[in-house]
Amino acid sequence: MGLDLNELAQNCGEWLRGTGPEPDIVVSSRVRLARNLAEFPFMAKATEVDRTEIERILRERIDLLKEEERLPRNLTFLDLGELNELDRRFLVERQLISRELAESEGARAVAVDPQEQFSVMVNEEDHLRIQVMRSGLDLQATWDAANRLDDLIEEQVTYAYSDKLGYLTACPTNVGTGARVSVMVHLPALVITRQIDKVFRSLQKISLAVRGLYGEGSQAMGDFYQISNQVTLGLSEEELTKKVADVVPVLLDYERQARDFLVRESQETLHDRVSRAFGILRTAQTITSEETLHLLSSVRLGINLGLIKDVATPTINKLFIHTQPAHLQKLAGMELDSSDRAIERASYLRKHLASGGDGVAEN
Amino acid sequence: MKCQRCEKPATFHITDLVDGEPKELHLCEQCAHTFLSPEEEDASEVIPAMAGLIAQAAVGETAEDLARLDERVCPFCGISFLEFRKQGRLGCPHDYAHFSRELEPLLVNIHGETHHVGKSPRHSVRDAEQQTQLIRLRREMKQAVAGENYERASEIRDEIKSIESARNA
Ligand SMILES: [Zn+2]
Ligand SMILES: [Zn+2]
Repeated sequence: MGLDLNELAQNCGEWLRGTGPEPDIVVSSRVRLARNLAEFPFMAKATEVDRTEIERILRERIDLLKEEERLPRNLTFLDLGELNELDRRFLVERQLISRELAESEGARAVAVDPQEQFSVMVNEEDHLRIQVMRSGLDLQATWDAANRLDDLIEEQVTYAYSDKLGYLTACPTNVGTGARVSVMVHLPALVITRQIDKVFRSLQKISLAVRGLYGEGSQAMGDFYQISNQVTLGLSEEELTKKVADVVPVLLDYERQARDFLVRESQETLHDRVSRAFGILRTAQTITSEETLHLLSSVRLGINLGLIKDVATPTINKLFIHTQPAHLQKLAGMELDSSDRAIERASYLRKHLASGGDGVAEN
Repeated sequence: MKCQRCEKPATFHITDLVDGEPKELHLCEQCAHTFLSPEEEDASEVIPAMAGLIAQAAVGETAEDLARLDERVCPFCGISFLEFRKQGRLGCPHDYAHFSRELEPLLVNIHGETHHVGKSPRHSVRDAEQQTQLIRLRREMKQAVAGENYERASEIRDEIKSIESARNA
């Protein structure tokens, strides 16, 4: 039972469906665990033979867990060396693998479940990167799921671990729990009111890290930010989860205050911004990925403030992903250069945002 | 807080030693990575953050002592301390034991702590030393088998067995 990437491209992961708590601001919750096999050197010193062996062992053990029905049978192991560049980029856009894993060389793989709730990267910076994603603010359930998956895999292999330092990782910044607990938040009003820097400064004071989504070379595209723990040693996984969870209500409060302020103090400007964004997205004949993210962010805000009524948040969530370069090409069924993509993207947006007829199925 | 080298938010806070004076650096992930792994530059010219930290920890040690430290090599994976400083990545689990004295101040700087308090695996060998010993023995056994030195391989196998049975006792 394979996983068809073309089919996967048609829909969107559970984590984007806006079903969890606080879906207007918290898009998703994520837990990532870094693990290494005790018998092998870390990636910096692993030979190609080591890498192949690591991949083989993990594939074998994961298959065994599937046979025993302790892992879902439809979990698919994808050999990244065998996938073409477009498919690998598609998986990055989908947040199922990291950019580093997509762009590296040699034996490497990812195990993905079709609901996209979890993925296991093999031979990334560490031998294993276990990732679980959930829609909305649901950190406890996300941690529980990651913990269970970790326990299952741990029954099959020997992790590099020391009583003093915990899980041993290639980079000392991950040692200890090896855990990154994060939430992806949409903070357009804090960006518009220029308060976002202030918020980040206070987050850093309590040693939380902030990253933009698709952050390469651009600051926080679409006003999405990933907030995660910086420290992995000296705090338990529960404490780390709590640390991130505790800050979310404060962020929600700030963002909502900023939204209230915009509605109160500059209603016309705000309405104008949202309407223009919606107008451009519905009529443009050619549009870049960057402009799309920017405008979709305003539309998403507009929906959440009740200024746009005929489109739903999950539709916009889906468009954020589907208008990315690799997704567009998968959906079009062909490779497109950047100017053809800009035309294809505009046409896709027109089709799915046309007034009266919202063509995006809420799957 | 913004990164000191670009517009992105700073997520790395590094204490570096410049002319013997500790200096705070605030960098984004990308700039920190570049900063911590000067690829082409001669390592003797730059004092990357980790070396700065080590200098902090080893007050009174001379430049020669630090140079000697850079030469230190993990007997298991072959990584030198200099290589680790340049790429910011360790070569094998044993490095945490082998370079423990040098890593300690780095861990304090990153995490403010040096002791794990979270979950632990239920099935792994707990004793790090035994674990690395087992890793080494398994490797040696593989090599012995590959070199058709079966006598040596069976000696090693017995050694592994005795460690494992002692552990399970
Ligand atoms: Zn920077
Ligand atoms: Zn080593």
